[in-house]
Amino acid sequence: MMGQATPLAAYLLVAALLFSIGLAGALTRRNAILVLIGIELMLNAANLNLIAFWRYGPHPELLTGMMFAIFSIAVAAAEAAVGLGLVISIHRHAHTTDLDAMNRMRG
Amino acid sequence: MLMQEMASVSFQPTTNCGPPGICDYLWLVPAVPIIASGVIGLLKQQKRRTAATLAIGSLSFSLVLALVAFVHVVAGWTHGVAVRETVNFTWIQFGASNVDLGWVLDPLSAVMLAMVTLVGLLIFIYSIGYMAHDENYTRFFCFLSLFAGAMLGVVIANSMLLFFMGWELVGLTSYLLIGFWYQKPAAAAAAKKAFLTTRVGDVFFLLGIVWLFAQTGTLLFYNNGAGSIEHGALAALLAQPAALGLSAAGAIGLLIFAGAAGKSGQFPLHVWLPDAMEGPTPVSALIHAATMVAAGVYLIARVYPLMQAGALAGGTTTPLTVVTWVGAFTAVFAALIAVAQNDIKRILAYSTISQLGYMMAGLGMGGVAVGMFHLITHAFFKALLFMGAGSVIHGCHEEQDVRRMGGLRADMPLTFLTYAIGMLALCGFPLLFSGFWSKDGILEAAQHWSVAKTPFYMLVFGALLTAFYMTRQVGYVFFGTWRGKKPARESPAVITAPLTILAFFAMALGLIGTPAWPWFRGFIESRAVPFEWHGFMEPGLLALMGTSTVMVFLGLGLGWRLYGGQAPKPEQPDVLEKALPLPWAWLRDRLYIDELYGFTVIAFYGWWARVADWLDRRVWGGVVAGVAWAFRGWAHFSRFLDMNWVDGSFDKGCEELASGGGLLSRVQNGRVQTYLRILAFSVVALVAILIWSSLP
Repeated sequence: MMGQATPLAAYLLVAALLFSIGLAGALTRRNAILVLIGIELMLNAANLNLIAFWRYGPHPELLTGMMFAIFSIAVAAAEAAVGLGLVISIHRHAHTTDLDAMNRMRG
Repeated sequence: MLMQEMASVSFQPTTNCGPPGICDYLWLVPAVPIIASGVIGLLKQQKRRTAATLAIGSLSFSLVLALVAFVHVVAGWTHGVAVRETVNFTWIQFGASNVDLGWVLDPLSAVMLAMVTLVGLLIFIYSIGYMAHDENYTRFFCFLSLFAGAMLGVVIANSMLLFFMGWELVGLTSYLLIGFWYQKPAAAAAAKKAFLTTRVGDVFFLLGIVWLFAQTGTLLFYNNGAGSIEHGALAALLAQPAALGLSAAGAIGLLIFAGAAGKSGQFPLHVWLPDAMEGPTPVSALIHAATMVAAGVYLIARVYPLMQAGALAGGTTTPLTVVTWVGAFTAVFAALIAVAQNDIKRILAYSTISQLGYMMAGLGMGGVAVGMFHLITHAFFKALLFMGAGSVIHGCHEEQDVRRMGGLRADMPLTFLTYAIGMLALCGFPLLFSGFWSKDGILEAAQHWSVAKTPFYMLVFGALLTAFYMTRQVGYVFFGTWRGKKPARESPAVITAPLTILAFFAMALGLIGTPAWPWFRGFIESRAVPFEWHGFMEPGLLALMGTSTVMVFLGLGLGWRLYGGQAPKPEQPDVLEKALPLPWAWLRDRLYIDELYGFTVIAFYGWWARVADWLDRRVWGGVVAGVAWAFRGWAHFSRFLDMNWVDGSFDKGCEELASGGGLLSRVQNGRVQTYLRILAFSVVALVAILIWSSLP
């Protein structure tokens, strides 16, 4: 099998790296768009895990992992659209995309 | 003599109504005027013609029914039946006893029904003319109609309670009508005085009713032998002793007489009747001369078996003796006062009191027929006199002082003629006039009274006084020359026509009560009366008639001698006043009975009111203030608890909640990345816990 060439741990390691990069980006960037990009990265790390676990799982012939991944990508696309829409709307209002300036929802 | 006659009743009595007859519809006689009164009460003030039509129409209906009933009783009598038809029904039932109401048709009620409806109708018609310029014409007819209905209710009542209801209703309408011109303070005061004075008698009357009910368990007069004034109940009442050697029957009789004395203006409860003349003259004629004041006499006549219970043949009873003495005293007492009055209506009012005294004395000494005959004849001629006086007052532009009148026989010929007839009937002018025969019946009974002769002499003296004061009045009003300001004028036909009809009755009614043909007495006592000339030949009767005639002529002559030519002018003293100034002043001031009451009853009442006022302010007021003070103290304590304890703990709890919320709200700083950080940290912590806990 192909799996013998690359072990599962390698995929998981890549995914973990990807997730960490995404999380770091989302937590450290001030620009809302960059935060969104970070979130996309974390989502894709999750997708990669889904595919990897499906491929090395007990029933690789059932296409379940693929289905999850495609759903997740579709949801991420929708989420990205909503997120970008919000950012544009906030930008129109406040003329900024700086997240630290957007604290009007504070308690 | 009289008692033996009454014992010889051979007529068969009827006790119930049989097939639907007039008795079944007798209730309509009072009901229709009362309903008419209710309808008139709803009318607008401007609907004058409708109001008068309704009142007169309803009373005409009652008159027709009453005449049918009267004819029915007379027809029964001519066929040898003593008609006494009753309709009784249970009104309230409580426990084992009932309160029954009902009505009765017997000679007594039939005669009264005919008299009240006829006189009432004539006075209603007269009121159209007399009240023509009054703006409250509608209200007047409403009250008048209510009065007529209530009075007719009294007349037909077969139950003490129904009698009392009607009795109180006539008292109420009397109050309303005396105070009809309530904007006059004197009229308002007179109305109150009449109401309160009669109330004194009514309290005793009510006590008598309650006692009678307690003793006999029924308030019906006649109930096929089970009524309260029939043999069974009377025997029980006689057997029951009350205080002061009286039987229960005697005590109840006295209590009922106290009620009758209040209504019929007997001494010492007569003080309201002269003041009641503040009401419109038709009211004086209808209520305070012809009908309502006669209700007391009618009451005694109605409960006569009770008043008479326990009398031996030819004897008398305590209640009847009291009735006689009070009546005879009132007759003379009021006639004396009438001599010195100057208000045309007040003279007639005292005359009414005096004549009511005659009726009471007649009842006390001679029986129902004697008293009732005078009641009926008096109703006609006194209504005639009052309406004549009203016509005079009307013609003289509302002047009531006889000293400011004079010579009216030329200006008001028809009024003069009818007034003279009424005056001669009242004086008891021999042979032609009804008053002579009815008064002679009373004098004859007084002559034969077994207890004392004094009432006889009192009543004869009263007859002299009656003739004297009426001659004085007529001399003042109709003879001499005009002493007023504007000249008088004759009243319209709507006023004089009823006068003429009443004048006819004032003469003609004598025909049914002569000794030769005592139709009325026979009718009331249910005996056959043949026409016999030798009725006049009874021992002493002609002598009595002679005495009474002499007295009347003496009174007339004396009056004519003193006042016939030219009565004194208003500013001059009266002829008698010049001769006897001191007695005159006493009589003019009504023998100071009002002042006596002012010093005793009213002063006591005022004193008692002040005591009550003091008690109210100091004692009861103090108690109330104390209770209020205690509650205020309690409220202050409550407030302290609330503010310092309940509120404190609650406020503290709220503060804690608020500060806790403040702390929590710090976390929500509105920065998305903070949330994300917390999230990431939490996830990391969670994963760390999971890993740590899954370690072997």
